[in-house]
Amino acid sequence: MVKGGGLATFRQLVEATIPALRRYARALTRDADIADDLVQDTLVRALRSEHLFHGGEVRSWLYTILTNLNRNRLRSLSRRPLLLSIEDNDAPDLAGPEAGGRDIERALATLVDEQRNALLLVVLEGLSYREVAEVQGVPIGTVMSRLARARVQIKSYLDGERPALRRVK
Amino acid sequence: MNEPMSPVREEELHALVDGELPDDRREAVTAWLSEHPEQAALVAAWQAQAEAVRARYGAVAEEPVPARFNLDALMRDGGGSRRPWWTFAAAAVIAAFMVGGGAGWMARGATAAAPISSGSITADALEAHQLYVVEVRHPVEVPGSERDHMTQWLSKRLGYAQRIPELQSLGLKLVGGRLLPGPTGAAAMYMYEGDSGERFTLYCAKTTTPESALRFREGSRYAAVSWVDDKAAYVVSGPADRARLEQVGKAIYEQIDKGNWKKS
Repeated sequence: MVKGGGLATFRQLVEATIPALRRYARALTRDADIADDLVQDTLVRALRSEHLFHGGEVRSWLYTILTNLNRNRLRSLSRRPLLLSIEDNDAPDLAGPEAGGRDIERALATLVDEQRNALLLVVLEGLSYREVAEVQGVPIGTVMSRLARARVQIKSYLDGERPALRRVK
Repeated sequence: MNEPMSPVREEELHALVDGELPDDRREAVTAWLSEHPEQAALVAAWQAQAEAVRARYGAVAEEPVPARFNLDALMRDGGGSRRPWWTFAAAAVIAAFMVGGGAGWMARGATAAAPISSGSITADALEAHQLYVVEVRHPVEVPGSERDHMTQWLSKRLGYAQRIPELQSLGLKLVGGRLLPGPTGAAAMYMYEGDSGERFTLYCAKTTTPESALRFREGSRYAAVSWVDDKAAYVVSGPADRARLEQVGKAIYEQIDKGNWKKS
């Protein structure tokens, strides 16, 4: 909740969520500028449609807006070939503290959008399965299978399998 | 409630990792894992993934919130100063290069001042770049003033329509172009020059490389951004100034991409 006691206003709740939204957006896009643009769009949309907000969790609602905006962004990108995949066959990873961060970054990049959203909302943003189901507009079972697939894919990526050979469960 | 050894479902393993397992079940699942090392290793791997994600991105939420997110200002301007959508797309491409190969290559360049070589198209392009940008009298075969002729000639030699980008708005004039040996036949190189003498080259060649090679590479003196689009590889090389190269790369990407839109 927001400092100062009493009932936080809608605005205060939105404001308090900005750091988390930036974190989520950064992990979703893996690019600081694009991420902050997404957050900005999310905030503008949220503020403009405050009247559409019928109570409930402001935080989940903001995650929902951001997730949807990002999906639209990816769609406009996917009409253009190969802008999303990152493959780096001839530049081997460096050992060292930075290497782990880059590995996970690349592994995330290989995920299907919905799986990446689900995984990040759970492990990074700490949302419950139920909240993620709300954000994604799907049953909890679907969230769980997305999560499971994301984990299989990341593991196989980190274990050095090529994404094309990933097992489909 | 539950038998300690009642069958454990995979969903429960995920729930355990995510703190979603009911208390009365957690103990049973944990006990079960101690006797199932394979599944225990899986759970450990998932936990490690989650920790890696948090280690990588967690700190973003600790950063001071930039002034642009002032809600009153956002209400007023509504984020009206947004970039057009295409820069969004192009920025993503460039970002992908950086994430993909930048750090590795920079580190490599730091230890070995030798020119970048990897047998890839980018390496070929950088080699050509290094070779020709230093030429004072004969940097190109066909001067930029004969753009139409050059387009025709190189389209014919490369076997697909060449679109020579216009970079006047970035202060870069087309010096001209030349034919080069490429990975699968002919390649073309176009050279641009700014008032201060900075030179950029665009290298184009047909390729069978799968459409996934997005890269940013930086050597000690030169850097390149590259992409593959519609069976053609493009490499933009220039001085190792990332911001400027990004700008030039974006402009070229956009013009070539627009051409492909028209075509399809």
